[in-house]
Amino acid sequence: MPDHENPSEQSDGKRSILICQALGCLSSHSDRIQTAIEAEISQLELADSVNVKLTGCPGLCQEGPIVLIEPEGTFYARVKPEDAPDIAQSMLPDGQVVERLLYHGDDGQPIRNYADIPYYVKQQHIVLRNCGHINPEEIDDYIAVSGYEALKKVLADMAPEQVVEEVTKSGIRGRGGAGFPAGRKWAEARKSTKEPKYVICNADEGDPGAFMDRSTLESDPHTVIEGMIIAGYAIGSDTGYIYVRAEYPLAIKRLKIALKQAEGRGLLGDNILGSGFSFTLQIREGAGAFVCGEASALMYSIEGKRGMPRVKPPRSVESGLWGLPTSLNNVKTFASVPVIILRGADWYAGIGTPNSTGTAVFALTGKIVNSGLIEVPMGMTLREIIFDIGGGLIGGKEFKAVQTGGPSGGCLPASALDLPVDFDSLNEAGSIMGSGGMVVVDEDTCMVDLARYFLEFTQEESCGKCVPCRIGTELVLEILDRITNGEGKPGDIELLEEYGDVIAKGSLCGLGKSAPNPVLSTIKYFRDEYEAHINEKRCPAGACRALTSFYINPEACRACMLCFESCPVEAVDGWLRTIHIVLQEKCIKCGSCYDVCPSLYNAIVKVPVIEVPQPPMPGTKVPRKKRSKC
Amino acid sequence: MENQLTNLLAPYMGQKGVTIQVLQKVQEELGYLPREAIDEIARSLRIPPSEIFGVISFYSQFRTTPRGKHIVRVCRGTACHVRGGGAVLDQIKRELNIEENETTPDLEYTIETVACIGACALAPAMVIDEDTFGQMTPGKIPNLFVAQKQGEGQDA
Ligand SMILES: Cc1cc2nc3c(=O)[nH]c(=O)nc-3n(C[C@H](O)[C@H](O)[C@H](O)COP(=O)(O)O)c2cc1C
Ligand code: FES
Repeated sequence: MPDHENPSEQSDGKRSILICQALGCLSSHSDRIQTAIEAEISQLELADSVNVKLTGCPGLCQEGPIVLIEPEGTFYARVKPEDAPDIAQSMLPDGQVVERLLYHGDDGQPIRNYADIPYYVKQQHIVLRNCGHINPEEIDDYIAVSGYEALKKVLADMAPEQVVEEVTKSGIRGRGGAGFPAGRKWAEARKSTKEPKYVICNADEGDPGAFMDRSTLESDPHTVIEGMIIAGYAIGSDTGYIYVRAEYPLAIKRLKIALKQAEGRGLLGDNILGSGFSFTLQIREGAGAFVCGEASALMYSIEGKRGMPRVKPPRSVESGLWGLPTSLNNVKTFASVPVIILRGADWYAGIGTPNSTGTAVFALTGKIVNSGLIEVPMGMTLREIIFDIGGGLIGGKEFKAVQTGGPSGGCLPASALDLPVDFDSLNEAGSIMGSGGMVVVDEDTCMVDLARYFLEFTQEESCGKCVPCRIGTELVLEILDRITNGEGKPGDIELLEEYGDVIAKGSLCGLGKSAPNPVLSTIKYFRDEYEAHINEKRCPAGACRALTSFYINPEACRACMLCFESCPVEAVDGWLRTIHIVLQEKCIKCGSCYDVCPSLYNAIVKVPVIEVPQPPMPGTKVPRKKRSKC
Repeated sequence: MENQLTNLLAPYMGQKGVTIQVLQKVQEELGYLPREAIDEIARSLRIPPSEIFGVISFYSQFRTTPRGKHIVRVCRGTACHVRGGGAVLDQIKRELNIEENETTPDLEYTIETVACIGACALAPAMVIDEDTFGQMTPGKIPNLFVAQKQGEGQDA
């Protein structure tokens, strides 16, 4: 990671073993790794020279559980509790790096330092600067890496107006999706004369394929808290709320710990650091409604009501929570603030593009080799993100599309790969920057089905207040259901476009306004797939179940029994040395057989329902020389 | 019920905007929101029950029926969807013979779906109680539940 000071160089001169315990690695029981390593370290009597600690997410979730050794930056991938003795041994004065646990590059060579792993080389971490390097449950860890220095600087040397000015000058635009300039919002909130005022952090993270905000809160809660206190000082507010989805228990737990620790150090509460400025923070848990990520709905939800967006104006900066001036920002916006204050607006504005300064954080997922969390300067191309950082597609398959912005965003095809990623260019191409979800799909994903998936989501989550969104999304979903079921009619595509237009123009809030995006962008770039479904009753990707059958090519089948074993409904007929057959009347089209068939044979093929070839007679033997050795 | 809730509700009396927090607290305590509890909350907070029902029906987190001993949460996030999460969910429904948000008659399992659980790298992902399972396929489901039930037998 260029331009990134090593934050965990501890002043006590100890080396550290850092064990990721964000959700991804924790789900592979990384907590047990820590226990095991601690035991080994104490047995080797190394406790005086080595810290063993839990950290948040270093990003490369695909390779988890991840263990980092600092200050060297040694990166161990896919670690198991059984590896603890070797890792502990490596910390001895004459210890050797554990080669077998190192990350291996494309050329099969081990890479010792994480900064040299291609995944990290092109990244620049601002929001994620501490993620994976400090213990999120220890305020001293945060303080050791200049934590709360920005707050001290602001309270000691800067007038609130100067803080607003600095944030404005940095050019940072809100990271929640819409990209509204944060400085302008703060300035307007500051100008409002009504009191009290509120600061709110939006950690509702509604995009159903993204986890940037959760990971930031789990890995570095103090940076968000520090950003919020600075915002409070800047706009003249003494109360803040963090609205987190209830589905994020670990983030909530770590936030609570962090708030307590910050209060304990006099960084939160009355008369912060003797400056005369007071600020308190409370957590509010969301209760499972996507629309509550919308700012005005979120405020109603904090008030304990049904979270339905309202008509604007008045804007929240004049009349927000409880009808009082409120400044609301996303997690990543707040997390960037301490860095902007410490390194200066000019430094920040120098990163990215003139209209979209700074960095963008993405949860890079889907059919991509390196799934995980990344942060790159704005303006990097999709190609660099997907191929250089993401490592391309799994199994070397063909890139088909990338989805950004979740249910409010769109799908971009290969021709858009050289687009620079920033707020404006993604908008122009028919998608949006969004809050950071980036899902890559290959030839096996059906674009009509993907659009249907998002519409099903928005339709369910529509709060029902306005008609275009409530009824419109239902109508669109109905058409998409029909098309994917092979019941599409000529004229459906035009109808979708027409409805999409009405919903976008007539809806009250961003949920409805952006709901047609997944449909319109897929029609724009993948119209032929819609046409194949409607006119030929064929799903080119072989993903729509009503239109696709699985068929075992008798020439290729080696009777290895893998598909036979994997079928959950006994729809594969066959035995050892006997060619397997899919019993179409039993088959539920789950695709298990397709996934397990060895790529060496590739015997299972997806064919249109209307074109399933006649299978061989049951009991037909595989020719002797072709038999499987499995 | 009343006694059980009195202590729980006490700190919220007379405060504004606490409906959601109170409902979360009560649900955490009781596992769901029975009718009597809702009436009791309405009385204590001096809010009409209709308003409370309005809030309950709006937010998917709130439940008015009891749940099973084990909660099976299947991710319906985008990354899981494009890697075949739908078929996994279908197979779980078939295996347990219930639909989403339903509970098996023996009160053992409830199926819920959630948006991205953050294990996208392991998609399709699901969670049973506290344990996350990644790279699921429909074919792995039957054995998963057999193993789960056996594990329980040993615990007992
Ligand atoms: C339906 C809908 C859902 C939204 N969900 C989120 C969300 O989960 N997180 C978020 O930060 N912003 C979300 N937003 C955007 C917020 O309304 C708001 O613009 C943003 O939080 C402001 O913060 P920022 O200026 O720092 O980006 C959503 C908007 C809409 C219309
Ligand atoms: S989409 Fe399923 S875990 Fe993220």
